[in-house]
Amino acid sequence: MVALLWTLALLDAAVLAYFLIRSLVNGRGPVRWLRENVILIIAVLSFEYLLLPNIVVVLFSFNQPNGRFNYTWTRFSLHAWQHPCDAAGMCSSLGLSLKIGLVATLAATVLGTLIAFALGRHRFRGRASTNLLIFMPMATPEVVMGSSLLTLFLSLKIPLGTTAILIAHVMFCLSFVVVTVKARIASMDPRLEQAAADLYATETQAFLRVTLPLVAPGIAAGALLAFSLSFDDYIITNFNATTGSITFPMYIWGAAQRGTPVQINVIGTLMFVIAVLAVLVGQTLGRRRRV
Amino acid sequence: MTDASTEQVRSEPVSGRAAAGKATAAHGGGDLQMRSLTKRFGTFTAVDDLDLVIPQGSFFALLGPSGCGKTTTLRMVAGLEEPTAGTISIGAEDITATRPYKRPVNTVFQSYALFPHLDIFENVAFGLRRRGSKNIKQQVNEALELVELAQMGRRKPGQLSGGQQQRVALARAIVNRPSVLLLDEPLGALDLKLRRQMQIELKRIQTEVGLTFVHVTHDQEEAMTMADTIAVMNQGRIEQMGGPTDLYENPTTTFVANFLGQSNLVRAKVTSRGSDVLEVEAEGQAFTLPARRSFSDSDEIWFGVRPEKLSIGQGDAAEGLRGVITDTSFIGVSTQYLVRLPWGQEITAVRQNDGAPILRPGEQVTLTWDPRHAFALDASQDAHAGEDFGEGELLGSKG
Repeated sequence: MVALLWTLALLDAAVLAYFLIRSLVNGRGPVRWLRENVILIIAVLSFEYLLLPNIVVVLFSFNQPNGRFNYTWTRFSLHAWQHPCDAAGMCSSLGLSLKIGLVATLAATVLGTLIAFALGRHRFRGRASTNLLIFMPMATPEVVMGSSLLTLFLSLKIPLGTTAILIAHVMFCLSFVVVTVKARIASMDPRLEQAAADLYATETQAFLRVTLPLVAPGIAAGALLAFSLSFDDYIITNFNATTGSITFPMYIWGAAQRGTPVQINVIGTLMFVIAVLAVLVGQTLGRRRRV
Repeated sequence: MTDASTEQVRSEPVSGRAAAGKATAAHGGGDLQMRSLTKRFGTFTAVDDLDLVIPQGSFFALLGPSGCGKTTTLRMVAGLEEPTAGTISIGAEDITATRPYKRPVNTVFQSYALFPHLDIFENVAFGLRRRGSKNIKQQVNEALELVELAQMGRRKPGQLSGGQQQRVALARAIVNRPSVLLLDEPLGALDLKLRRQMQIELKRIQTEVGLTFVHVTHDQEEAMTMADTIAVMNQGRIEQMGGPTDLYENPTTTFVANFLGQSNLVRAKVTSRGSDVLEVEAEGQAFTLPARRSFSDSDEIWFGVRPEKLSIGQGDAAEGLRGVITDTSFIGVSTQYLVRLPWGQEITAVRQNDGAPILRPGEQVTLTWDPRHAFALDASQDAHAGEDFGEGELLGSKG
């Protein structure tokens, strides 16, 4: 680990030295170069700081540790990548997390989008208070929410496990979807829909051809946010889970007591890569749309 | 768009498709009629018992200051606002309760409201696609040619300038050959020079396609340049309706007299009513005016003369009004003078820049005019009504 930091520091020093020497050679002076690029240097360092954890995750997915804990670099190996499901129970917990994540995202996105349209487009009694209350789940500490939900489920005799977890996830994802979609709706000119109606589009056609395509980036952003929140959640989930419903975060937390399989890093790396790809695809589409 | 290209298109002969457009419009069209049309928002009456017939094929302007109800009227015709009372019909068909997408009416919005996610071609094709038209490609290309944007079909609205977006909005509406085309301050967002060009363009396109244009504006110059008929609106009602020259030369209310151009109004009493000539007295001086230019039955009147009808003479003269210049504004094409009359009232006189030396404040002058240019309005009205927004450059928002 220390070696990694040294490598990074040496790399930075080498790059810096290269630019300083170049500035000496072309006669503009290193002080001037530093003064002109100080913001760039700080930005690069901040970026390295930001990405260091991810680098560690990726790097240690290729480790073959001695013993059960993947905390020290031993030697390079592709074993974990070739046998991702070798860690007992991990893939089933990953499967459960993905399943809960997808269902919760779908439900929260549909419901949240509808709420966002109601709040963004219609005036009704209680609109202001609804707007305020929608923020409550975001403001409530997770521990409090988790324990309260447990109380609720127990008193309503709703069995704990996957269903209870799903209900909880839809609930806390909802607010985030509403806020994201509502922001997008607010930035949309309502006259576009009037223009569609003026140009012979029925309400359904106007919604499908004008409103939805324009609000879609907001819905997509809300859905991505919901999925990552659901997939990542440990505290609320842990309160309402049973031994039969171990999600991926719960698995890692539990495993950390006894040993951390390298496969965790493989999954972590995959998640990281998928997230980066999703952002890249989204940006490319967004750019093409705007132009 | 350059002046040259405008010229070139204007000199183009009226094409076959324009004639076809006329035929289509005639088929589904007719006069646009509003009967007792009223719109209230809570306690505020935006449009007050409006009766209006807009003949088919005319270029009609609804002119008035912000909040006078002109945009609300337009939105009711488009179906975007529901009337509180009254009816709207086109030809024999009552469309008061018809959904907006079923009306043979299209709107050019003030903000253009182009669909940002669709390219120019698809924006223009939108209405045609919804109605399942044939030959969409050909019709769209013709509409884009009409507004000189044939090469821009694959661009997105965000890549176009304000003037180009305005023309796309126009093409998007016109391509559907509606019975009535509504224009809601369509030139409001353009700079002065572009606005003047687009005024000429709009007029040309209207003549070419022969549709009924209903144009809402607060810019009196714009209304007068383009429209065949202007209805001046104030507080939800029509103050006066007529051709541009008729409205300007024969205003019947102080609002119209001040809103369309400027007017000098002096309090006067009628002393004798002939069949041709009215004799009046103001501040001890006798004046005359043609009897047909008196729009008051009362003896208390506002005696009015437009500033450009006044000639400014120097020194003492037997006739006319004497006064002292208090302000001189050189505008280039003309010079505007403020002249204080002996009883303290200040009136405006405009003199063409014909090379005569510019008079300085403090100089004694005599104002004379042809009595045929004088008019009389009822003195029960506010002499300053319509003055605050007369120049049409302010506010710029919806009416």
